Amino acid sequence: MIALSPHPIDPARLLAEFLVEAAGAGGIATFTGLVRDTHGGERVEALWLDHHERMTVQAIEEIAATARLRFNLTTLAIVHRVGRVGAGEPILFAAAAAPHRRAAFDAVDYVMDRLKTDAPLWKRERRGGGDHWIEARPDDHRDRARWEVPHDA
Amino acid sequence: MKLRFFGRLRDAVGAGDFDRALPPQVDDSDALRLWLGREYPALLDDRVRIALDDRLIHTAASLDGVAEAAFLPPVSGG
Repeated sequence: MIALSPHPIDPARLLAEFLVEAAGAGGIATFTGLVRDTHGGERVEALWLDHHERMTVQAIEEIAATARLRFNLTTLAIVHRVGRVGAGEPILFAAAAAPHRRAAFDAVDYVMDRLKTDAPLWKRERRGGGDHWIEARPDDHRDRARWEVPHDA
Repeated sequence: MKLRFFGRLRDAVGAGDFDRALPPQVDDSDALRLWLGREYPALLDDRVRIALDDRLIHTAASLDGVAEAAFLPPVSGG
């Protein structure tokens, strides 16, 4: 399942559904991203995630399709929040199912790195009584670049 | 043409979108960026990408038949 959700997401329920969908795979790796509650010593109240109603889904579907092929996955799920997400709440759930564990771990890692730099999503952080737009960090681009080298499976 | 602005550009422009009639000399995406950039200099940042009718463009593209132009700043997903 590939989805953008304007409502809170429940990783436990998403994993339960994914277990059914992934029946027959050798293993599942999952990642749940949470909104950090501090930034630079300031308390974060919430994030607001801006997105493009068509381009964002298309970009995530492309990332998912590439991951499925590259890591030979049996199933993949990406559910990303949009809109207002409170501190401590899940912002994203990703799960990959594959015949063997390494491909599942790598696929989730790959999906996260691509989402950070390639998906049209923009975070605005509410902290210290003001709103601050966040950009991908240099580390995010370095992480993304790791996957440009042909990968030994 | 419908013009849309995302992320920090919403604040720089003061709106998420608006409609604007383009003068005849604004006939491609580069000209559009320069023309709007006089009013909103944030659009001139070369990291700001343009999508025409949902397609990201990489070199100057004609605006002929285009209904919507979107200005996309660097992203911060995940």
